[in-house]
Formats: sequence, C-alpha cells, structure tokens
Amino acid sequence: MANSRQNNLYASRRLRNMLAKSLAYGATAFGLGWLVLILGVLLIHGIGGLSLAVFTENTPPPGSDGGLLNAIVGSIMMTLLAIAIGTPIGILAGTYMAEYGRHDKLAMIVRFINDILLSAPSIVIGLFIYEVLVAPMGHFSGFAGSVSLAVIVIPVVVRTTEDMLKLVPDTLREAAASIGLPRSMMIQRIAYRAARAGIVTGILLAIARVSGETAPLLFTALNNQFFSVNMNAPMPSLPVVIFQFALSPYEEWQSLAWTGALLITFTVLGLSIVARSLTARKS
Amino acid sequence: MKLVKFAVATAAAMAVSWTAAAADLSGAGSTFVYPVLAKWADQYKKDTGVGLNYQSIGSGGGIKQIKAKTVVFGATDAPLTGKDLDESGLAQFPIIMGGIVPVVNLEGIKPGDLTLDGATLSGIYLGTIKKWDDAAIAKLNPGVKLPSTAIALVHRADASGTTFNFTYYLSAVNADWKSKVGTNTAVQWPGGIGAKGNEGVANNVAQTKGSIGYVEYAYAKQNKLTFTKMINKAGKTVSPTSESFQAGAASADWKSQPGYGVILANQPGDASWPITASTWILVHKQPADAAALGEALKFFAWAYSKGQDAAKALDYIPMPASVVADIEKMWGTDIKDASGKPVFALTH
Amino acid sequence: MSEVALSDTTMAASTSRSRAQVLKRLRSSDIYFRQLTRLSVLLVLGLLSGVILALVIGSIPALKTFGFSFVYTEVWNPVSEQFGALAPVYGTLVTSAIAMVIAVPVGLMVAFFLTELCPMVLRRPIAIAIELLAGIPSIIYGIWGLFIFAPFLQKNVQPFLIDTFDGVPGLQSLFAGPPYGIGMLTAGFILAIMVLPFITAISRDVFDAVPPVLKEATYGLGCTTWEVFKHVILPFTRVGVIGGVMLALGRALGETMAVTFVIGNAHTVSASILQPGTTISASIANEFTEAVGDLYTSSLIALGLILFVITFIVLAIARYMLLRLQQQGR
Repeated sequence: MANSRQNNLYASRRLRNMLAKSLAYGATAFGLGWLVLILGVLLIHGIGGLSLAVFTENTPPPGSDGGLLNAIVGSIMMTLLAIAIGTPIGILAGTYMAEYGRHDKLAMIVRFINDILLSAPSIVIGLFIYEVLVAPMGHFSGFAGSVSLAVIVIPVVVRTTEDMLKLVPDTLREAAASIGLPRSMMIQRIAYRAARAGIVTGILLAIARVSGETAPLLFTALNNQFFSVNMNAPMPSLPVVIFQFALSPYEEWQSLAWTGALLITFTVLGLSIVARSLTARKS
Repeated sequence: MKLVKFAVATAAAMAVSWTAAAADLSGAGSTFVYPVLAKWADQYKKDTGVGLNYQSIGSGGGIKQIKAKTVVFGATDAPLTGKDLDESGLAQFPIIMGGIVPVVNLEGIKPGDLTLDGATLSGIYLGTIKKWDDAAIAKLNPGVKLPSTAIALVHRADASGTTFNFTYYLSAVNADWKSKVGTNTAVQWPGGIGAKGNEGVANNVAQTKGSIGYVEYAYAKQNKLTFTKMINKAGKTVSPTSESFQAGAASADWKSQPGYGVILANQPGDASWPITASTWILVHKQPADAAALGEALKFFAWAYSKGQDAAKALDYIPMPASVVADIEKMWGTDIKDASGKPVFALTH
Repeated sequence: MSEVALSDTTMAASTSRSRAQVLKRLRSSDIYFRQLTRLSVLLVLGLLSGVILALVIGSIPALKTFGFSFVYTEVWNPVSEQFGALAPVYGTLVTSAIAMVIAVPVGLMVAFFLTELCPMVLRRPIAIAIELLAGIPSIIYGIWGLFIFAPFLQKNVQPFLIDTFDGVPGLQSLFAGPPYGIGMLTAGFILAIMVLPFITAISRDVFDAVPPVLKEATYGLGCTTWEVFKHVILPFTRVGVIGGVMLALGRALGETMAVTFVIGNAHTVSASILQPGTTISASIANEFTEAVGDLYTSSLIALGLILFVITFIVLAIARYMLLRLQQQGR
C-alpha cells in the first residue's frame, strides 16, 4: 500500500518536473520565436525597398519615390554631436565615481541618480529639453535634438566607465603611485588605457541606444523633408521619418519606413554585437 | 584626452554649420491640404529652385507654430475669428477647397455603394448606432448586404481642421451632437480610435475591418479607400466628385467673414456635397523675416495661377479668380515689412 | 675644473628650479583634473534636478487650475479646456500590468532554462539572442505591432476572445467590444516582449550566483530539477528577481513609441482590454506639438511629471533591492 502511494507521489513529482521543463523550453522558444519573427518581417518588408536610391535621394513628397538620405545624414549628425557632448561628461563623471570618490557619499548618490536617468522615459527628457532649449530659443533645432540625445548618452557612458575602471586592478594604481605619478596622470595614462576596450564598448552601446530613439526628437528637432545640415533649424532624423511614413497611407512612404527600420535595426544590433565582442575578448 | 580633442573638433564643425541657412520656406499645419501642397512644392522647386518645408501636423499645430513664429506660414482648415486674427497680428486667406468624405472598410462594399446622411453619420459617431446592420443605415441602403458586425470608429487624435469641419456639419444636422460634443478642432469623442492626421485615419480604416472614418477626398482617392455617398441638405444623394464639391462651395460669400473665414459645410443646393471645406493660410502682417514671407507669398501666387491642374487632378477646387484678385490686393495693403513697404509686389 | 664646478652648480640650481616648476605644474593639473571630474558628477546631479524642476514649473498652471482632481478626472476636452489624467494613467497602469503578467513567468522560465537545462554550448548564443530583443528600437516594435501583429489579432484572436467570454459574468466586460486589432491588450503584449530580456538577464545573473553547494545538497536529497528551482533557487534569489521585475516595470511604464502605434489614442477608460485607450507617454507624443493654449501644454507636462514620479518610485525600489542584494554578498 505504502509502496504504491510512494510510487504515485514519485510519478506526480516527475510529471510536474516534465511539465516545468517543457514550459521552460516553450518559454525560450517563445522568446526566440518573437526575435526571429520581428527580424524576419523587417527583412522581408525592408529588403524590397533597399536600393542605391535610398542612400542618394531625399525623402519624397507623398505619392512619389525617393530615398532617406537627408534622414540618414541628420541622424548621423545629431548622434555624433550627442556623443561629442555626452562622452566627455560621462567619462569624467565615471572617473570620479571609480577613482576619487569610490566610497564618497556624493558618488553613492550620483550612482543612484545615474541609474534612474538610465531607465527614465525618454519622452520626459524630450519635454525637459523643450522647456530649457526649444521654448527659449523660439524654434526647433537639430542642436536641441542632439542635447536631448546627449542626456540619454551620459548615463550609459557613466555606468560603463565606472564599471570598467573598477575592473582595473588596484596593483596597477599602486605601482604608478610608487613611482611618483600624480593621480590624474595615473588615471589618464594607465587606468584609461587598461579600461579602453570597456569604455569604447560603453560608447558603442550609447550610440546603439540613441540611434533608435524617437520620442525625444519629436519636439526638439522636429523634422525636415529636405536635406539640411543646419543645426539651428529643424533637422530630419531616421526614427522620426519612419514614424511619419509608417503612419501614412502612402505605399511608397510605407516601403521607405520599412527600409529605414531595417537600416536602424541592423545598425543597432551590429553595434551591440561588436560592443559585446570587445568586452568578451577581454574577459 | 584624444577623445576630448575629437569631441571639441566635432562640436566646432557643428557650430560652423549653425549659420548655414537654406533658402527654404517653412510652414506647418493642416493635413487636409497636404497632398496638393506637396505636389505644388515639388513642381515649384523644379520651376524656381526654392524649396518648401511643410510639416503636416494638423491645423492646431499650424496655428500654434505660426503664433509662436517658428514657421513662416501656418495652414488651417479651422479659420481664426476676426478678434483672434487682430490680437495675433495675423492675416488669413483661403488657398484651396476640397471635400471631406466618410470612408468605410466593409467586406464586399465598393466605393459609392453605401449611402449615409447627417443623422446616421452623427448617430454612428455618437455611439447610438452600434452595428452596421442597424435599421437606420439599412433604410438608406435597400438592397445592400450589411454585415451585423460592430462599427469600429476612427477619428482624429490631434487638433484637426478636418475634425472642425466634420463636427461643424454634425452639429448643424444633429442638435444632440451639438449639445453633447460640439464643434472644434479636438473634441471629446464618445469612443473610437484616435489617429494622427488624415494620413493616420486613412491608414487605420484601411487596416481595420468594419471601420468608418472621415478624410479629405484626396486621401480616399490616392489610397483607394471605400468612400460613401451622402444625402445633402436638399435631400438629394450626391457622390464626392469635384462637381459636387464645387456646388458645395458655389454659394459662399467670401467677404462676409473677417479673414475670409466662411465655413462651407451643409450648404444648400441639389448637387452640393454636404461636407465641403477650405484651407486658410495664416501669415504675420508684420513679419520678422520679410524676405522669407515675400518668397512664401510668391509661392502662393504661383499656386493660384499655375497650380490649378495639380489641384484638379486630386479633386481639390481652386479658389475663384475674383477671390484670388481680392486676396492678392489684400497682401499689398495689409502685409508690410518693418519699413512699411508691402512684402509682396503685385506684378499684374 | 672650476668651470665644470661652476656649470655644475648652475645646472643643479636650474634643474632644481625647473623641477620645482614641473612639480607645481603637475600638482595644479592634478587638482584641475580632479575638480573637472567632480564638476561632471555635479552636472549629472544637476541633470536630474533640472528635469524635475522643468517638469514641475511647466505643470504649475495645470495643477493650479485643476488641483488634485486632475489625477482622477477622465475628461480630456481641449474645447472647454478641461483636462484630467485618469485615462492616460489608467492606460499606463493597465498596459504595464498586462506586460508584467505575461513577461514575468516567461522571463523566469527562460532564465530557468538558461541556467539549469540548456547545454553549455548553446547557453551564450541563446542568451545573446534574447538580449537582442532589448536592443531593437521601440519604434520597430511599433510598426511591427501596427502592421503585422494587430491585423493578426483582429482577424484571429480578438473575435475568439470576444465570443468565448460573451455571456460569462464578470469576464465579459473585460473582453468586450468591436475587434479593433489595436488596443490595450495589443500594447500590453508588445510591451511584454520588450521587457522580457530585462527580466531574463537579471534573473539569470542572480540564479547563477546561487552557491552550487545548496543545489547539490538538494539534488542529493533526490529532488527534481523543478523542485530545486522552486524550493531553493527562487526563494534564495527572491530579492534580485523582484529587483529585476521592478526594473522591467519601470521600462514598461515609460515606453513611448511602441505603445503610441498600437494603443488607439482614445482618452477613455474602458473596462475591456480589447478597447483602445491611451497612456501618458502616447498622449504626450501625439498631442504635444499641437497643443494650443497654455493650459493644454501645461496639462501634458503635468502628465509627464506624473509619469516621472511613478517611474522614479518604481526604479528607486528596484535599485534599492538590487543594492541590498550586492550588500548581502549575494
């Protein structure tokens, strides 16, 4: 009697285990399935529109054919400026937190705040820049767009810089001190060099992150259907153009939207993979 | 520190591009006028080399941008009152007319198969008529097979002149609508999906089975949407064609309102389309950048004289010649630069 | 000899002078660099304060006019200039709740798979693949959702849901209404796919950190893999998992572009999750550039403030939990 009860108990436990394992396999297939589905759809709908014209012609009026040149150039310009503004600030702040203020109260607070900024809704950042830049200036501009992207770049770079600098062994620092190197020189010549791959990873991840950001650009840089390199005027960008074109009923525009989406996604994913491989080789 | 040097260099390069201004005109506003405006801009750029950067963000956005002086002109299908125009120092003139049509997405129903009137249209949007096979709709459409599915409403999510004209019409034909919802560029819709721009409404109706929306006719035509016929004020059934739009605009007295702000909806006449509308351009009477406004007015003068064919191809109705003459005269008298000289010189 | 001696002393004097100069230069550049880093840190601090300040100042007109009732009023009428945050806040909370209900079990199961069941060779590629989901920009999710997912739901899933729950008391109102395809359920589902990688990544990290001796002891007692997971790993990593879930929730609450495409932009509170609604971020994205009038603009900024406060609280809890985990020494 007891034996059969024990057998039943064992059978039900094994059944539950089987069930859980299959659920786990199923969940993973579910997650991977969506990735394949999304990337697959992007490829199917976007490849058709991919041609040289996409890179050489500007965005067309509704009902005509064209390309995405002005949007691509606008995005590149704003991303570059955002990186140019955000990276130095981010690296310097990360340096303070990893080198000078490792157990500082200030560093603790900033670490917490940095993490909040890292995950803050980007549309709120757009509102902030609208209030402090666009409204006083009186017009939308690529510059305001870049600044809002820079606000998104800074927390990413701060985080990775701090993490990477902390990985540099203290023995290096002590050796530098022992030969009389001033702290700043030690940081610049030795710590940065040791953590270089990691810091570059951080910058690549930041580029990947802001390349796809749409919300903050909606009311800072607005949009522009012509080619423009004027940072003091509305500037086109790939995400905002995709937003406008995808919601339109025009076939040519929708096709360009898919192609633009394909370009952004594979750029972003490519950057992420390169960034990951940089740190992987290190570890 | 090489990174910092790179950063400074990039920032300097960006600063240099700061002042590289293009000779492009900037405008924003109505999505109603966008299809024809885009065609005009394309042609104008080929003819003169001057580009027009127009943001199709809805009439509300156009009004906001021109009042904030962030664009050279605004376009709106909801005219400003005389008081508003005076207070903001704006001049207003109509540029084009067109028709707003209801569009549906029903299995087996082709363009023009379905007929609606003011009462059913307002009932649908009020939510009192919930299904496609409702008695009121069936009465207007004997012999048409109507499915018993629920009606999926699509309206505008943004501040829209198209909405203004549409709700103006609904308020005129349905006292219940007038008291419950009213007329404006953005209203408290009793349900349904909100879409951005005429573009978004067209997109949503095309994607959603059993839906109904309202768009400017060019959007229905360009995207092969299923439009409906309407029963007008005179009780006659009309199709959305340039003839019915023209009839709908024929009895307008353009000088009766300040800034030519005459609403064309629900006009009398056997052949009139009941939801005809026009788009007005807003400019500053004393512009900060007189040269840019001069270029803009040159563009509009070109559109009045040379843009007729493009407009007619999309079933828009050009402004009558007498009104155009009056408008161009108004430019000469009302729109002046800082020294008092008219910004636009009449060449004929 | 004396010349050499003379030149020696001058050399010594000049070298000691130049040495002093060099040391002074080094010290001042050292201080300069330190202050520079400090300044950058204060700038980061200033950024957050700036954001909060800008939001508060911008919301003042709306909050002064409507007072606290702003938070629970459903009316959103630009005509009569009456605005209430209830519909956007409701939509934000409901879509995030749907996202969590789907993403948390799935994410935990994927982490379970990756740490206990997956062959070592496949572990890294599959983990990277799941994390790629987080890298896809949200606007891509938006257009994918609008063009592929929503029509699929409208044709196949939603009519099925409506018919199944038709007549079931209580649940009927949850799944009612014409099948639009887009709506709160669609938005919630897409959010779930977007935040799945966050839950998986953090859960995987904390699961890996469970001391092997605990697991081995449990296996030694004859427990199945699932029982080890349920009774040892999960309770041990409880704090970290909750931290990860809160982080994912913070992301879901603030997500804009993916939601804007598929939420339907209707300022109404519906009981049915198949109906269109709106979220705070979608409302701001759609209406901000066209908001005419100070009160309208201010109401939208007030919405932004509410969103920021909600996400701040959620993220603060998340970081606190993850911090506690670090201090515990895991």
